[in-house]
Amino acid sequence: MEALLAGIIASLTGCGVYLVLRAYTFPVVLGLTLLSYAVNLFLFATGRLTVGQPAVISASASGYADPLPQALVLTAIVIAFGMTAFVIMLALKARAELGTDHVDGHREDERGQGA
Amino acid sequence: MNQAVIIPLLLPLLAAIALLLTRRRLTLHARRALNLAAVVAELAAVLWLLGQVAGDGILVYQVGNWPAPYGISLVADRLAVWMLLITALLACCALLYAVQGTDSGSRHFHPLFQLQLFGLNGAFLTGDIFNLFVFFEVLLLASYGLLLHGGGRERVRAGLHFVVLNLAGSTLFLFAVGTLYAILGTLNMADLALQVRDIAPGDVGVLRAAGLLLFTVFALKAALVPLYLWLPAAYAGTSAPVAALFAIMTKVGAYAILRAETLIFGDDAGPLAHLVEPVLLPLALLTMVVAALGVLSARGLRRQTAYLVVLSVGTLLTAFALGTQAGIAAGLYYLPHSTFAAAALFLLADVIARGRGALRDRLDPGPVVPAAPLVGGLFFLLAVLIAGLPPLSGFLGKWMLLRAALELPETPWVFSVVLSVGLLTIIALARSGSLLFYRAGGAVWGGYLLLPSVEPANADGQDTCVLDSEPGTATLTATADAAAPRCPDWSRLAPVLGLAGFCLALVAAAGPVTDFTAATADAVLHPERYIQAVLGGSGES
Repeated sequence: MEALLAGIIASLTGCGVYLVLRAYTFPVVLGLTLLSYAVNLFLFATGRLTVGQPAVISASASGYADPLPQALVLTAIVIAFGMTAFVIMLALKARAELGTDHVDGHREDERGQGA
Repeated sequence: MNQAVIIPLLLPLLAAIALLLTRRRLTLHARRALNLAAVVAELAAVLWLLGQVAGDGILVYQVGNWPAPYGISLVADRLAVWMLLITALLACCALLYAVQGTDSGSRHFHPLFQLQLFGLNGAFLTGDIFNLFVFFEVLLLASYGLLLHGGGRERVRAGLHFVVLNLAGSTLFLFAVGTLYAILGTLNMADLALQVRDIAPGDVGVLRAAGLLLFTVFALKAALVPLYLWLPAAYAGTSAPVAALFAIMTKVGAYAILRAETLIFGDDAGPLAHLVEPVLLPLALLTMVVAALGVLSARGLRRQTAYLVVLSVGTLLTAFALGTQAGIAAGLYYLPHSTFAAAALFLLADVIARGRGALRDRLDPGPVVPAAPLVGGLFFLLAVLIAGLPPLSGFLGKWMLLRAALELPETPWVFSVVLSVGLLTIIALARSGSLLFYRAGGAVWGGYLLLPSVEPANADGQDTCVLDSEPGTATLTATADAAAPRCPDWSRLAPVLGLAGFCLALVAAAGPVTDFTAATADAVLHPERYIQAVLGGSGES
C-alpha cells in the first residue's frame, strides 16, 4: 500500500510540476491543482497508513489512526480550494486584460509561430 | 494577563469583519475612521505588549487552553513583539496615505488591509508551524487582493506571477511541514526544537530535506536570490500605500528564517544544527549584488525602490547569516530602518509621480514637481537613509553589521559586498535625484502639462479626491502658469514624514534600541527560555 500511495503522490507531483512550468495559465492552474492534491495525500500519509482504524477514542478499537493529519488535510483542502478559485478568476481577468492567456502576457503574433 | 497576546490578532480580525459587513452601509469617511481607529488601537496594544515583554518576559497564550504541544500556542517574545511594533507603525502610515484616495476604488480595500495585518501579526505571534502556514495563507490572500486593487494591465500581469509563485510556495511549505510531522510527531515549534535533538541517525537525511524545503519557502517570501524575480514587477506595479505595506512582507520571510534557524535548527540540534548556514550567507550577499544591479538599471523610481527592498533583504539576511549575537542584533536594528525607509520612498515616489504628469515616476528629465524643494529635500533625506550614509540609521545599522562581521572568517566577503553595494546605491540614487530634481526644466511636456490636481489638497476635502495612480484620470491643464509651484500636498507628505521620523527616532534612541535588539538577539540565540515558556508554562498561565 505504501508503494502504491507513494507512486500516486509522485506521479501527481510530477505532472503538477510539469504543468506549472507551462507557459499558459490554464495548464498552470491545473498543475497547481494537481500539486495540491499531491500534498493533501502526502499530509494524509504523514500519520502513517492505517486501515479501518478510528481516529477518536472508542472502547472497542484495536488501534488508532492519527487524527492530526486529517485535521491538517481538512485545512489544506479548504485553503487550496479557495486559492484555486482565486487563481482561476485571476487567470480569466488576465485573459481579459492582456488579451492572451500567456503567463507573461505575450500575444500570439509576438511569439513567432502561432499556437 | 497572557490572554493579551491574542489582542493583536483579534483586533484586526474583528475590524476586518466589521468593515466587510458595513461596506454598503457606512460612508467611505466613516469606514476610514473605523479602520484608522483599529490600526491605532492595534498600535496601542502592541506598545502595551512591548512593555510587558521588554523586562525579559515571554507571554504565552495557549489557544482554547489546550496544553502546549497539543494545542496552538501564541508566543509573544521580544522578537515577535518587535516585528509587531514595526508592522503597526508601518500600517498607520500606509493607511494614512491610502485614505487620501487610493481606497476609493473598491469597497474591499479596508477589510483587506485589516486582514493583511491579521495575517502578518499571526505569522509573528504563532508558535506552531502549521499555524504559521495558515497565517501565511491569510496574509497572502489579503495581499493578492491589495496587490490587484485598482486593476490595470501591469498589476494583473505582475499579480498573476505573484499568486502562482506563492501558491507553488505554499505547496512546498505543506510538504515540508508534513515531513517534519512525519518524523518528529509534533508541529509546535518549541516541541520541534526538543524533538530534533534526539533524532534517530536514519532520519537525519529526510529531516534535512524538510528543513531545506522550509528554507526555500521562506526564501521565496523574503525574495532571496534566485527567488526574488516576482518582487520588482509586483511592488512597482501596485498602488503606493500597498507597496509601502508590502515592505514588511519580505521581512516576514526573513523573520521566519531567523526563527526556524535559531529555534528548530539551533546550536542544540545535533547533526542538523545551523542547517542553512552554509548557503544563507552566499545567497544573501549575492542578493545584495543582484539587487544593486537592479537599482542601477531601473528606469522608474518605483522599480528602483522595489530593488532597494530586495537589497535590504540581502543586507538583513547577511546580518542574520553571521549567526552571532552581534550580527543578529545589527539585523534587528536594520530591519525597522529598512522597512520604514523603503516604505517612505514608495510613498514619496507616488507623490513625485503625481507631480510629473504623464512621465509618472520614469527617470527622465521632466517638469518641476510641485513644492520641489520640500519633496526634493525629503528624497535626499530618504536617499541618505537608504544608502547608509552617516549620521542616519542606515549607517548605524550597516556599521553594526560590519563590526559584527569583523570577528568572523567571512569578513572580506561581507565587507567588500556591503561597501561596494552601498557605493552603487549612492550612485544610483544620486542619479535618480538629479534626473528628477536638478535636470527638471521647462514645465512643458508634449505641449501640455498633465497635472493630477490643481486645487491644493486640504485635510477635510479628502473625500472628493478620487484620483488614483492612473494617468487617465488626471486633468489636462494648459501649461502657461499652472506649473507655478503649488503648496505642498501636506496630507500626502505627512505619512512620508512620519516614516522618515521613525528612522530619525531610531537614530535619536539608538542607545535603548540597540540595548533592546542585543537582548533580543541573545534571547533568540538561547531558545531554552522560549521552549520552557511554551512547554512548561502551561501550569502558570
